[in-house]
Amino acid sequence: MSILDISLIVCLGIVSFILYFHISNYILDFFGNNNLKRIKFENSIRVLIFIAPACIILFIFILYPVFETIRLSFYDKFGREFVGLYNYNWAVNDPEFKRSIFNNLAWLLVVPTLSTFFGLIIANLADRIWWGSIAKSIIFMPMAISFVGAGVIWKFIYEYRGPGDTQIGLLNAVIVSFGYEPQAWLTIPIWNNFFLMAIMIWIQTGLALVIFSAALRGIPKEMIEAARIDGASELKIFFSIIIPFLEQTILVIWTIITILVLKIFDIIFAMTNGEWQTGVLANLMYDWMFRGGGDSGRGSVLAIVIMIGVFPIMAWNIYKHKQEQKI
Amino acid sequence: MADININTVNKYYGDVHVIKDVSLDIKSQSFTVLVGPSGCGKSTMLRMIAGLEDINSGTISIDGQVVNDLPPKQRNIAMVFQSYALYPHMTVFDNMAFGLKLEKRSKDEINERVQEAARILQIEDYLHRKPKQLSGGQRQRVAIGRAITRKPKVFLFDEPLSNLDAALRVQMRVELAKLHDQLNATMIYVTHDQTEAMTLANDIVVLDEGIVSQNGSPMDLYHDPNNLFVGGFIGSPKMNFISTKITSKSSDKTEVDLMGSAKISIPKTSASASEGDAVQLGIRPEHLTVNADSDGSWESKVFVVEKLGSGTFLYLEKEGEPLVVETEGDSNIKVGDTVKVGFSASHCHLFDSSQQAFK
Amino acid sequence: MNKVSLRSILSQLLLLLFVIIWILPTFGLFISSLRDKDLLAISGWWSALTTTNVNEIYRMQGMDEQNQADNYFIITDNLFKKNSGKKIETFGITSKKINEFKVGEVAIFKDKSTVTVNEDGLYIWKSENEFTKKKGKRLFITASSPPSFTFDNYKEVLFQEGIGQAFVNTIAVALPSTLIPLIICSYFAYALTWMQFFGRDTLLAIIIASLVVPLQMSLIPILTIYNDFGALFGVAAKSYPGVWMAHTGFGLASTTFLLRNFIKSLPNEMMEAAKVDGASHYDIFLRIIIPLSIPAFASIFILQFLWCWNDLLVGLVFLDQVPSEIILTAKLKELLGSRGENWEILTTGAFVSMTVPLFIFFALQRYFIRGLVAGSVKG
Repeated sequence: MSILDISLIVCLGIVSFILYFHISNYILDFFGNNNLKRIKFENSIRVLIFIAPACIILFIFILYPVFETIRLSFYDKFGREFVGLYNYNWAVNDPEFKRSIFNNLAWLLVVPTLSTFFGLIIANLADRIWWGSIAKSIIFMPMAISFVGAGVIWKFIYEYRGPGDTQIGLLNAVIVSFGYEPQAWLTIPIWNNFFLMAIMIWIQTGLALVIFSAALRGIPKEMIEAARIDGASELKIFFSIIIPFLEQTILVIWTIITILVLKIFDIIFAMTNGEWQTGVLANLMYDWMFRGGGDSGRGSVLAIVIMIGVFPIMAWNIYKHKQEQKI
Repeated sequence: MADININTVNKYYGDVHVIKDVSLDIKSQSFTVLVGPSGCGKSTMLRMIAGLEDINSGTISIDGQVVNDLPPKQRNIAMVFQSYALYPHMTVFDNMAFGLKLEKRSKDEINERVQEAARILQIEDYLHRKPKQLSGGQRQRVAIGRAITRKPKVFLFDEPLSNLDAALRVQMRVELAKLHDQLNATMIYVTHDQTEAMTLANDIVVLDEGIVSQNGSPMDLYHDPNNLFVGGFIGSPKMNFISTKITSKSSDKTEVDLMGSAKISIPKTSASASEGDAVQLGIRPEHLTVNADSDGSWESKVFVVEKLGSGTFLYLEKEGEPLVVETEGDSNIKVGDTVKVGFSASHCHLFDSSQQAFK
Repeated sequence: MNKVSLRSILSQLLLLLFVIIWILPTFGLFISSLRDKDLLAISGWWSALTTTNVNEIYRMQGMDEQNQADNYFIITDNLFKKNSGKKIETFGITSKKINEFKVGEVAIFKDKSTVTVNEDGLYIWKSENEFTKKKGKRLFITASSPPSFTFDNYKEVLFQEGIGQAFVNTIAVALPSTLIPLIICSYFAYALTWMQFFGRDTLLAIIIASLVVPLQMSLIPILTIYNDFGALFGVAAKSYPGVWMAHTGFGLASTTFLLRNFIKSLPNEMMEAAKVDGASHYDIFLRIIIPLSIPAFASIFILQFLWCWNDLLVGLVFLDQVPSEIILTAKLKELLGSRGENWEILTTGAFVSMTVPLFIFFALQRYFIRGLVAGSVKG
């Protein structure tokens, strides 16, 4: 397809949605009159015009798939025959599944913690230094990069050459200059997971940083000054005023990164493709979607396991929303 | 032209009954002020007239036509909001022309009407500015201008002056009164400020907890409050209340005890009252005299003196709330002095235990 | 006072350390993408930044190039094929003594022929006898090499490796995938905020729940629907419109949520004023909500656009991995597999894929941050 073809369908796609809303509302206004009974009817039609596309897409792409995935998890690889708990049984006994669960848990433990921790420290450091905003920009920048792009960047860092050769990977060059043997970092089981996590931490620290920065600006200056007048040290102020003030923010950041990490796929797919014991649930699921012509049963089970991971967060969100609605 | 009839209207928010069987007749070309403390339902009442709130029962009619189910645009009304509610992305001109453009009026007509309204409000110079570049008072004028351009039968004002500072508020109040004379339209105005109500209204409606407490001209309300609430709400500074007992009663007079030191005979009665009943004696600070002859008097120590130049407020020790006395000019009474406070019987009000006034 | 400034210096140093660690990987990638591909494979990118000494071996021209002047046979040429800015310091004629002569000095071979080498690589090899060998003799040089950069890698990657086409494809995926949800969700968010209808609160709760539903839950059923749809109508199951709708579906909840939060923050009285002015919901939406929501649109546009641009999974599952449809991230992943040792292609390709996000990042950082802070929870 040429660039022309592509731009043509792109425009067509976008314009058709604009036209849908414009024409349907125009027609409604055209046929509308000021008859008392018609007004209510007209209003319902208007609501329908406004929400129909979103509702249809929501149903097809989110709601129906959730139930369909649950159904498929009880069926065979083609989704035809009911097999009960067979797929779940398979998962529980599958060593790859166990490995993925283990890795996912390690990711969940390490990445949100360190990202939040670094974000908090950097936000506090940058807050009081004149070149802080430049520093923040630089640390935030990886947020804009794709996971695959970040994968290439870090694969280059981890690049390995044989002991005699010049190392072109930064990490090995440093190691060698200290007189150690170069390592093929990504192939060392267990440890390689941490080298992959470093990439995610590198990216997500920026997210934590900007949200913390915004929250820090919300701390009333008077409060800090009052504490200073009361004779509190800077460290004391940090731990007994700033940290409690940011409690809610810490929780929010933690949740966001946790959700991202639960679904982590790109980095591992690009870097190791799950080899050397680095697989996680999302990779295993992708694998089963296509392995051996695809197994929708096993794939669905893995999707549901990820879903179970986010479920507490979902419930908490809805609970909070309900509380807000009451006020 | 545009009488508004409100007939036994009720409004619920969930289980909360905010408007209780309210009936009102608002005369064409009158300036009616709905006044009351916050939460009394006055804004809800106004929004029901505007069509921004549904009516649960009863009817509202404008010019004889029931408008319960009509959307705001078909009620021939315009409304000025407390926060001005200007469209921040439009110029002053576009703000004022918005309604006319929606009615698909011609360009010339829109221009003419906006210019006219701008002239009345003296905002011709700002027509091409955005609301952000205007002061509070100017924004208020634009909000009023937006209402004027549409030439509605009824103007609705929802606490329009409460976001302005004190000096500007007084100025805008005068201009609103002038505007009412100029436009000859029906205006309904909601405020919690009794001064605004007293100065602007032909007709004041005092609302209290969703009920019409009293409805009448400002002076009716001032001189003859129907109940304790209206007595206390209208007038500044507030009416003094003294808890007391009826000592004797005749066909046209009621005698009450005055702080145990004297008795005063007030030319008002109530059929339900009898000797020994607990009542509230109400008297406005401006109707009390100091060290002068009177129908009844009482002595007490002054503990605060507030001098305003035009008058002086004395705060006297009394059980419960202090008694406030207003004297004219610069008084030479000092804190700690004992003064004799004189009561004029004709200015005294009596309220029974159900807070209804003696007539 | 001393203590305070010590603390300040310490915290500046700590922050500097963080900044260096964070910028170094990207910086290395950028430098590498600009280096000569042969150098890239044998030396670390950091060596490209400074003038370094390199030891190199060149072979002089053979007998075919000789000229006769006076009584000498002369072969003259430049050792460096292209102007690289290298400066020769010393040279040698045997591998045992590579630094034997300084530039300009005359070296004498065993066969009595002489050679001198200039700083810029020009050599003159003189002999009284005719040169008879096809190959020239070897010269060992030590040269200082200044930093040198080239765009050759970019030319190669964009036009030969298909990254250019993938770049266009990615735009074709990301742009509609951002604008369509923005259009649909702005109407939806308005209705959820300012219109009264049955089931509104339930719908809102569903949106909140959908915010965190992992997109893995949808992959298999949606792929099935697409396959069935394709088979039924005889069209390709994987196509651009399919990807747009998938991205729209997965971005719908967060876009709606953010837009609703924004629209809800607009003053209530303004909407009522418009209603009293005679505006219908559509008038209010077009003339008041849209103009006032531009900053929010900008934030959400950036978030969703970056999400679509950087996505791998959706592009992998819902598009065919053919040159006319493959997106940048998928292409990069493919190159990682097939050209894993060709770092000039990988680094340059990665940098090309990052150009648009980095441009958006530096130009519109304020809106990007605002969007994230507004409660970014991506489904």
